[in-house]
Amino acid sequence: MLGVLRRKVACKANAASALEQGIRVVASRAFSSSGKEMTVRDALNSALDEEMSADPKVFIMGEEVGEYQGAYKISKGLLDKYGPERVVDTPITEAGFAGIGVGAAYYGLRPVIEFMTFNFSMQAIDHIINSAAKSNYMSAGQISVPIVFRGPNGAAAGVGAQHSQCYAAWYGSCPGLKVLAPYSSEDARGLLKAAIRDPDPVVFLENELLYGESFPVSAEVLDSSFCLPIGKAKIEREGKDVTITAFSKMVGYALQAAEILAKDGISAEVINLRSIRPLDRSTINASVRKTNRLVTVEEGFPQHGVGAEICASVLEDSFEYLDAAVERIAGADVPMPYAANLERMAVPQVDDIVRAAKRACYRSSSLAATA
Amino acid sequence: MAQLTQRAATFQRTLSAAAVSSTRCLSTASTSPITVETSLPFTGHKIDPPSRSVETTPQELLSFFRDMALMRRMEIAADSLYKAKLIRGFCHLYDGQEAVAVGMEAAITRKDCIITAYRDHCIFLGRGGTLLESFSELMGRKDGCSKGKGGSMHFYKKEGGFYGGHGIVGAQVPLGCGLAFAQKYSKDENVTFAMYGDGAANQGQLFEALNMAALWDLPAILVCENNHYGMGTAEWRAAKSPAYYKRGDYVPGLKVDGMDALAVKQACKFAKSMPSRMDQLFSKWTPTGIMDTLCLILEAPIVRVMRLVVSD
Repeated sequence: MLGVLRRKVACKANAASALEQGIRVVASRAFSSSGKEMTVRDALNSALDEEMSADPKVFIMGEEVGEYQGAYKISKGLLDKYGPERVVDTPITEAGFAGIGVGAAYYGLRPVIEFMTFNFSMQAIDHIINSAAKSNYMSAGQISVPIVFRGPNGAAAGVGAQHSQCYAAWYGSCPGLKVLAPYSSEDARGLLKAAIRDPDPVVFLENELLYGESFPVSAEVLDSSFCLPIGKAKIEREGKDVTITAFSKMVGYALQAAEILAKDGISAEVINLRSIRPLDRSTINASVRKTNRLVTVEEGFPQHGVGAEICASVLEDSFEYLDAAVERIAGADVPMPYAANLERMAVPQVDDIVRAAKRACYRSSSLAATA
Repeated sequence: MAQLTQRAATFQRTLSAAAVSSTRCLSTASTSPITVETSLPFTGHKIDPPSRSVETTPQELLSFFRDMALMRRMEIAADSLYKAKLIRGFCHLYDGQEAVAVGMEAAITRKDCIITAYRDHCIFLGRGGTLLESFSELMGRKDGCSKGKGGSMHFYKKEGGFYGGHGIVGAQVPLGCGLAFAQKYSKDENVTFAMYGDGAANQGQLFEALNMAALWDLPAILVCENNHYGMGTAEWRAAKSPAYYKRGDYVPGLKVDGMDALAVKQACKFAKSMPSRMDQLFSKWTPTGIMDTLCLILEAPIVRVMRLVVSD
């Protein structure tokens, strides 16, 4: 099933219009009011379109965002609609254009800076942290920086060590930044709109493998005023035996794991974090106080990861509610290998999450710590 | 008694003479234009430099003196406070470079933007900051311009067009080009002066930003204050080419005497007028891109001297 999923999300939609391909009416749903589905790509595209339409100060800047229609087609059609002053193709100079974006935000514009992947954001990280994140505080509120840095984060498929790192933990540790990680199309639309409207710098971590995936969207989500709150997690699936926290692509894996666990009589509650910073500690802790067991899932490196922070938070706030040690599932502590079989082993799989949940519920016979 | 009266009378005469001469002093605050030649010529790179004759007024010259003397005294006082450990961390002083800040202010308005690195105390004053805000910030008090949260390197005055105050060498140049981008985007008729030192002139992000500024015709003027040292390292040990005004290659440059406030004023006026000069210049030059950008690099070499007297 996972193999099918991988093949489906690997192909990029570029032939027909993205909107035509994206919205498919699912006629078989008897009771839903709209029954529409939308790919994450279209969700992001429509969010950008609507926010640019609503506020002339919003502009997009990055490599290939204009004439190429976006490296992953996220900004497709926007150059034609808004013109080259508002959809700006840049040379391959991340430090330069990230700095230019931050400077424009100082002046009062609302830039959306695209990094082709967040691996390249490291070239610009000084501007993200020192020029953007810290300015509001250092200037005692004089300089606000309403900028969004967005792009794909984490592992793709076969792109190797330098193109596969997850930056959620790095950016999530920095005061002055907001860090968001959408999973579904609803998340993508609502959180991107919230990010663009936010007066502070937002790091928006997408996932390349999710761009082509379709999710149901309600009429409320499709409305141009739709917005999700920053700092609130979503309980994707309610449960009572173990809490599984995840973000981005791992939410899908966690949901699949929950299905498998249900067959074994374990009712898992899956929390889609949505917001890495601020972290929704109250939702996480309330869930752990209910289930008494916690599994954290992330794709990134284990040390100093998002799971480590969640674990610490739960220990600080809900220690006496824990009936088992917290289980951390993360990527392998190794630069991402290229070979497909090694890559599969370096990234968490559904089985890993199932095993961890069983360990937390004392259902596992093996005592060895596996990734 | 007679002696006393005589002395009183002399004193009175002296006073009235002083009153007369003081009215004569007041006349030096007149606004009648005078023309002064800059002490050194300008040197242009891919551009014809402006004239050495600068228009000014006695009032302006007096304000130059007052402002530069104030800046000098502020920096010397900051130096003493730093040595007394009342200012903590870093304290980068601008004494010796006052002519650049003052000359620039004379040529521009508060709607033009200035951004600089961490040697920002005097630029802040020039943009309308007060001594109280400045010293309070240096000493970490809540009346400081950044409420004590920024420190020496993070002075800002947004309503005066001053965007800081940046601690990372070179970062302010892309930020300044971003301000220029926003000015062009908003169709404001103003420009941005992005200031940096000879140390920052070797930064890669400067060239990245300059490339984009030239490509997109942004109203950005890069001002290199060359005091011949990058932190503790002398220029000759850090830069293969110390001709910073030429480093822009396809971007025109101008070398200006940084010790001469009037020369700096002339250069900044010239730089600011560049957008409106574009049409004239295009008609003169063939379109081979010699002068096809709004950007300009101003290099202002500063002589490090330990004199306390402000040179005219």
